[in-house]
Amino acid sequence: MESRRNPRAVVDPKVRQVGFFTSSQPDSSSSQLQQPDPISASASSPPVSTISPSGNSLSPVMIPPPRHNSSDAFPLRNAVVASAVSPSSFSYSSRRDFPDGSTTASPGRHSRGSFVKSSVPVASSLPGIGMDSMAAAKSSSVPASGLTTVSVVTMPPGLSEKASGMEVESDHKKNSKPLKEKTTKAERRAIQEAQRAAKAAAKVDGGKGPAVTSASVASTSAKAARPAKPTSQKNDVAVAAGAAEKKGGPSEKDRKKDAPHPRMQYDDESRVVKAKRRAVVKQTEAKNRVELFRHLPQYEHGTQLPDLETKFFQLDPMHPAVYKVGLQYLSGDISGGNARCIAMLHAFQEVVKDYSTPPEKNLNRDMTAKISSYVSFLIECRPLSISMGNAIRFVKNRIAKLPITLSESEAKAALQSDIERFINDKIIGADTVIVKHAVSKIRDGDVLLTYGSPTAVEMVLLHAHELRKKFRVLVVDSRPKLEGQLLLRRLIKRGINCTYTHINAISYIMHEVTKVFLGASSVLSNGTVYSRVGTACVAMVASAFRVPVLVCCEAYKFHERVQLDSICSNELGDPNAISKVHGREDINYLDGLTNNANLQFLNLMYDATPSDYISMIITDYGMVPPTSVPVIVREYQKEHLLV
Amino acid sequence: MWRSSASFILDKHQNNKPISLTHSIDSPPPPSASMADENPNPNPISAYYQTRAAHHGIVTSEWLEQAQAAVRRYPDHDYSVSPVSGRPFSVIEEFNNWRQQPDLAEAVAAIRALAAVIRASEATTMMELEIELKKASDTLKSWDTTSISLTAGCDLFMRYVTRTSALEFEDFNSAKSRVLERAEKFGEISCRARRIIAILSQDFIFDGCTILVHGFSRVVFEILKTSAQNKKVFRVLCSEGRPDKTGVLLAKELAKLDIPVKLLIDSAVAYSMDEVDMVFVGADGVVESGGIINMMGTYQIALVAHSMNKPVYVAAESYKFARLYPLDQKDLEPALRPIDFSVPVPPKVEVERSARDYTPPQYLTLLFTDLGVLTPSVVSDELIQLYL
Repeated sequence: MESRRNPRAVVDPKVRQVGFFTSSQPDSSSSQLQQPDPISASASSPPVSTISPSGNSLSPVMIPPPRHNSSDAFPLRNAVVASAVSPSSFSYSSRRDFPDGSTTASPGRHSRGSFVKSSVPVASSLPGIGMDSMAAAKSSSVPASGLTTVSVVTMPPGLSEKASGMEVESDHKKNSKPLKEKTTKAERRAIQEAQRAAKAAAKVDGGKGPAVTSASVASTSAKAARPAKPTSQKNDVAVAAGAAEKKGGPSEKDRKKDAPHPRMQYDDESRVVKAKRRAVVKQTEAKNRVELFRHLPQYEHGTQLPDLETKFFQLDPMHPAVYKVGLQYLSGDISGGNARCIAMLHAFQEVVKDYSTPPEKNLNRDMTAKISSYVSFLIECRPLSISMGNAIRFVKNRIAKLPITLSESEAKAALQSDIERFINDKIIGADTVIVKHAVSKIRDGDVLLTYGSPTAVEMVLLHAHELRKKFRVLVVDSRPKLEGQLLLRRLIKRGINCTYTHINAISYIMHEVTKVFLGASSVLSNGTVYSRVGTACVAMVASAFRVPVLVCCEAYKFHERVQLDSICSNELGDPNAISKVHGREDINYLDGLTNNANLQFLNLMYDATPSDYISMIITDYGMVPPTSVPVIVREYQKEHLLV
Repeated sequence: MWRSSASFILDKHQNNKPISLTHSIDSPPPPSASMADENPNPNPISAYYQTRAAHHGIVTSEWLEQAQAAVRRYPDHDYSVSPVSGRPFSVIEEFNNWRQQPDLAEAVAAIRALAAVIRASEATTMMELEIELKKASDTLKSWDTTSISLTAGCDLFMRYVTRTSALEFEDFNSAKSRVLERAEKFGEISCRARRIIAILSQDFIFDGCTILVHGFSRVVFEILKTSAQNKKVFRVLCSEGRPDKTGVLLAKELAKLDIPVKLLIDSAVAYSMDEVDMVFVGADGVVESGGIINMMGTYQIALVAHSMNKPVYVAAESYKFARLYPLDQKDLEPALRPIDFSVPVPPKVEVERSARDYTPPQYLTLLFTDLGVLTPSVVSDELIQLYL
């Protein structure tokens, strides 16, 4: 489904211009780009005409349209423009392969499976409901979600998307406040064309009646009919939705199985809007995000917490244990890969304990759906770590594998003990094994450097101290989290000789270090270590000084993904954390500049350390070189799931 | 630990020195029913290197004389049949018997000895047998903790033998025979390993090439011998291999096969590296990172070769794969050996007596093993699959 993603609209030309860029005026270029649309949109209703003549007139090189500043206000706009560019290269028949629009509409459809129980088609004809009210309505106990469903379905890829997108956009315009951009002539024409086409199609469709369920016909009619939504053709909408529902069913299941959490690209604005609609946590997005990291979510911190707390009693479907964990993630009370994972698993245990299968439902399926909805809530609170992803995969796998013959209480008991076993074997047990291995590498007279506050390394150090090894510890720390201080406190309490410094001094301090011990959030299958930001820096300096770098990481955190940089998948922290220095009133140089358009704060949470800088990875399967990570992933992925 | 471990000296071979020199390598010697010699010699010397020295007939220092003075002899003991009843079976004895064969690697001797343990075992349950085997392998391992291949060979044997479906047999005797069968098979595989490696490596030796060899590795010798038999035209440079001068020995053996040989002093390696096409070394042990532990000097040869972009090939049998992961040179159990400086060492001068060094994987090109020709990173994969 990724293959059909909208080409990424270039969002901020003032920062970076790479590749083909026409720095022409937005108006002229956009109108030029949309020239072919009306024609092809009209061509979309008779599915026979595959080649739109104007499609050839577009240059084969796709020139990304320049960004309109207003497009933040209308997230769909970019999608519209982008899709207007792309279809010229696709023939209609190829589009018919995705009749249900699943290719673009994934998050929304996802939500339909998990959140929305009753779709109210009447709501679809109410154009007045904007996003914000949507979100609010969402969180209330009766989800007026018909519009979600329909508008999701109204986003098929291809040409008619343009028209439908236009409609949705105009819907939003009515009640969204800053209407900066006027629709151009071409756009207006496009709307008219689309409506005309829709009407024609609707007539045809009406003749056939809702009994016609042939896939291609239904999909074409759906495509054509959807734009006509405001003209209140409820029948067609319902039919279309039904058809889409029917077709969407199995593929959606498959997708859930294959990739439990496709990473949301937050610069893909149409999806962001959809995600927002079903979001429980209302996050305000930060305004100035750094160009390279726009695909990552960044929110204004500190605004959601009170809001969520007040909603506590309204959140009908959310289990209180999950809710609590989510709040703790949000507020940062629980951090660290293992702690987060354990907290989540405990919450799931509670969920399982309090679970009772609703009438006429299957435990396996219903529970999986429930877990999925909880997970998406947790993601809204804070993006999942890879370890949590693996744990969730385990839980879901266990649920799916529950024998159908088990009674509900037995199944619940089995699940609870499975989760307990995962925690004990894969997390706590793994740590003791890691400690055992790592301690064997600590010799008398060593100077060990560690960065941040990795729990596994802390256990190693404490255990080595218990064994009366004589060593010194160098705790390297960095702003803004200063987690190293916590570690430092605990080490000193045990009487370990420590030195504390910030990462700025790393190149100075490194020459006296004999070994570097690091923790990891995850180890990817090319040996890349994904860890707290700054780890890569420490590892690189260490390897430049020929100091061995040992990474302690439990094997359940291994992931088969490959990542080459820290850009494509990362987490953005609170920008205020780096703009202000806590407790230092005199450092106020940035006061009042936080919303300046020329200033972007980048507070990255993780970075990727290439495997070249790592001498050894210590896992519960022993000490292995980073090149062997794929072997462990391959050999034990099954075992992870089975435990 | 290693201080107390070296309790044995193979002095027999010093007497047999000329014989072992002449026929040791060319042809497998007839299974000689020679003596097992026990010498409780608490010498802080790596037994592994003593054995090698004995095998190569080069003995330089005074400890052997001391050892000979303290020699005790046990009655003759045939290894190929079960032990004489009435006398307690000793795995060490068995091992030493096997070890007499100069062509037999220490690990293979250990594997054979362990197989004999199974054969001689009077255990009545699988569990007992396993415990007995474990005890025997622990004894063997503690006999010489500095020998990596011994430890690795024992471990692998245990894995190979115990990880079988033997437990499914109802009858203990059939289970035992199954285990024994596996043990024998493993012994056979280990014995054939050298031959397989020699065949595998033939593709890499081309006519007119110059090969630098460090130390006396029986595998490397086998490779060179096979190449010579295949009528390949190549030249060998032998580094001297101080202090036990194994390079001299190898040069001698190669000259016998009419292979053009040139002897270098160890410090001339960099000087002659430009005329070298490839470097061949053996290994005492192959560690988890894919690096090797080998005779002192391998590391610097690998460094020089790497900086001149010459391939470094390692020939090692798979029973040398050890679950070790040294981070640096000092991160090993030290294996010390006497060093003869031919001039008296001035007082107050310390002598570095370590017998081996660790070559990290990034300086190695390929490993020729009986599992195939591997890149260093595959070693760990194989180890993980073997042990976990």
